[in-house]
Amino acid sequence: MGILQIIIVLAVLVLLVKPVGTYVYHVFSNEPNRQDRIFGPFEKFIYWLIGLKNQSGMTWKKYALSFLLTNIVLTAVGYLILRLQKYLPFNSSGIDNMEQTLSFNTIISFMTNTNLQHYSGESGLSYFSQMAVITMMMFTSAATGFSVAIAFVRGITSRGETIGNFFQDFVKAHTRIFIPAAVLVTLLLVALQVPLTLDPTITITTVEGAVQSIALGPVAALESIKHLGTNGGGFFGVNSAHPFENPNSLTNIVEILSMWVLPASLPYVFGRFAKNRKQGWVVFSAMMTLFLLFLSLIYFSELRGNPAINAMGIDSSQGSMEGKEVRFGIPQSSLFSAVTTAATTGTVNNMHDTLTPLGGLGTLGEMMLNVVFGGKGVGLINMLMYAMLGVFLCGLMVGRTPEFLGRKIEPREMKLIAIAILAHPFIILVPTAIAFMTDLGQGAITNPGSHGITQVLYEYTSSAANNGSGFEGLADNTPFWNITTGLVMLFGRYVSMIAMLAVAGSLVRKQWVPETVGTFRTDNKLFYGILIATVFIIGALTFLPAIVLGPIAEHLKLG
Amino acid sequence: MNNSSASVPGATGASYALIAVRASLVFIILCGIIYPLATTGIAQLIMPHNANGSLIKDSSGNVIGSELIGQKFEDPKYFQGRVSSIDYNAAGSGSNNYAPSNPDMLQRTQDSIEAWKKLNPDVPVSKLPIALITNSGSGLDPHITPASAEVQIPRISKLTGLLTADLEKLVDKHTESRDLGVFGEPRVNVLKLNLALQALIK
Repeated sequence: MGILQIIIVLAVLVLLVKPVGTYVYHVFSNEPNRQDRIFGPFEKFIYWLIGLKNQSGMTWKKYALSFLLTNIVLTAVGYLILRLQKYLPFNSSGIDNMEQTLSFNTIISFMTNTNLQHYSGESGLSYFSQMAVITMMMFTSAATGFSVAIAFVRGITSRGETIGNFFQDFVKAHTRIFIPAAVLVTLLLVALQVPLTLDPTITITTVEGAVQSIALGPVAALESIKHLGTNGGGFFGVNSAHPFENPNSLTNIVEILSMWVLPASLPYVFGRFAKNRKQGWVVFSAMMTLFLLFLSLIYFSELRGNPAINAMGIDSSQGSMEGKEVRFGIPQSSLFSAVTTAATTGTVNNMHDTLTPLGGLGTLGEMMLNVVFGGKGVGLINMLMYAMLGVFLCGLMVGRTPEFLGRKIEPREMKLIAIAILAHPFIILVPTAIAFMTDLGQGAITNPGSHGITQVLYEYTSSAANNGSGFEGLADNTPFWNITTGLVMLFGRYVSMIAMLAVAGSLVRKQWVPETVGTFRTDNKLFYGILIATVFIIGALTFLPAIVLGPIAEHLKLG
Repeated sequence: MNNSSASVPGATGASYALIAVRASLVFIILCGIIYPLATTGIAQLIMPHNANGSLIKDSSGNVIGSELIGQKFEDPKYFQGRVSSIDYNAAGSGSNNYAPSNPDMLQRTQDSIEAWKKLNPDVPVSKLPIALITNSGSGLDPHITPASAEVQIPRISKLTGLLTADLEKLVDKHTESRDLGVFGEPRVNVLKLNLALQALIK
């Protein structure tokens, strides 16, 4: 039953890729289509509200400027709300203003789509903040990421000067994708018992006569967009492990598919834009292959369990249940963990800190590579970056100018790609080293030995990949952690986005090279293999030493 | 769509900033206020029981819990839930986040086994399911595995005088199978089971 239920979910996902991908393509192709009749009038109203008179295309620099400006304004407003929430409405549980460095971390965390949480939702945020800051940013940051990914795809698949109009993309991402989908998923989740109320925390007397407080709130409305936007920040501290956020295996599957289907359909969207669907499927297959490797690692490690507990003579045949919920068991927990770290969502339905060393390695590895589907387009951008790197390496081997999708890959592009690829390990490994060298960093470690190394490594990897899950044992609500992870999230998001928009801006202006028999094909099985190999050689080897010190050492010591 | 937008190059930055400000306000109101309030309204209207946390009331109408949130049961005559480092206080949520190699976690598990032996001398430790003595992720897990309920039957039978056959029937009746027959795990809701047990004792 374990493997069967995983296969069914995977099959449903694969079946959804084409219809969802086709829909998304029509949203952003900007060619007239049936969707316009439904959404057109409402969008015109929004364009009027925001004063967008001119929907013509932008150069990459203007595109980057527009999305940065929008994000800066949203960040500023959100920060103010968090700092002043005590005085604002919908604060029925009487929550105080948020502290300065924590507000800094929180606002960056949500604007960058990371959703790393150094606060606990039940006690740190008013309902107004949960809605006007957290829920709002879950929409806007997802729409930002999605728009940039589409702009990048336009850049590498079309010719001319422009890569689209950011404000138009941003509005359409909301009106045609995130808002309608969020309303549907919200109501579906409520039907499956996720609460949605503005009533404050209730206090009850239990069967045994004790007093129990139960925190409630507008959970389902946040839960839906949290997954659809690959955000991942939970309403409650324990995120989707909380029975209110994720009451049964059906909500678990709805949440898995919600966070997975958009990233998974993006390679198909890319194929449509490139007018070469096979190219899209090659990228999808490479991602899926990597995903299955990591999923198997997590599933079988968790099923094997913790040798130290297995040795105690109890019935441990179920696998490692520490930090997991009975309703999910090993299969639904492993699948959720593999998807959340692949899609850079960062929501968790079990505690990743308690995973077996190799299970934890699976989640860590997906974030280190950051190409296994990835959230709201970042994974696709990164994977295409590796694809260009792949053709570059192959070009070097046979001694000819590398080409990708009919354009020459030249020094300028390679330099930008190198910046984007090197930035990721740099902002993970350097802060990790700094944390180990200072008492401020070391003081947060709560699990002794090699696992402590993994805790710190995971925190920065999660920040850099804009994932936001944590080895939550880490005592990370201190100015040191709030500020360092805040900066890592900022760089992790914007450095690669801007670098890749620059690549798109440079490719869009290039001469097309006619395809000949000598052209190195990038839409066949050979390239699928080259792509995976490039990801492993370039992406994975960088992290090997750190992995050996952390999870692998712990695994060997546990026996 | 390919005509250049920069008709007034110098003003671009400023006009973009203005659009950015207006767009931010529009989406704060649309996504941050209208969307949650509207969906809350709809959910409250058509699915009030679910939307309010699936609360369970006793015969006199007092709320005694939520079927989704675990409760602490200390009295050994009741079925016990899983380990919760927060004692099932649902004002918050969480667990210790113990690594598999953490000595405190191994000690806690060893202590649970010793405590189990004292309270359940009739059931060999080799039958004690791992789920029962591990901390759930949320600290609020409302369920235990069916096996975790079955191993508690001899103890409860002894303390309450109820027949083991009756208790087995009770557990069977409260065992929820996999969702749609395939997904998730079979499970027993401890609160509902204990409410039924309470009725049986009376």
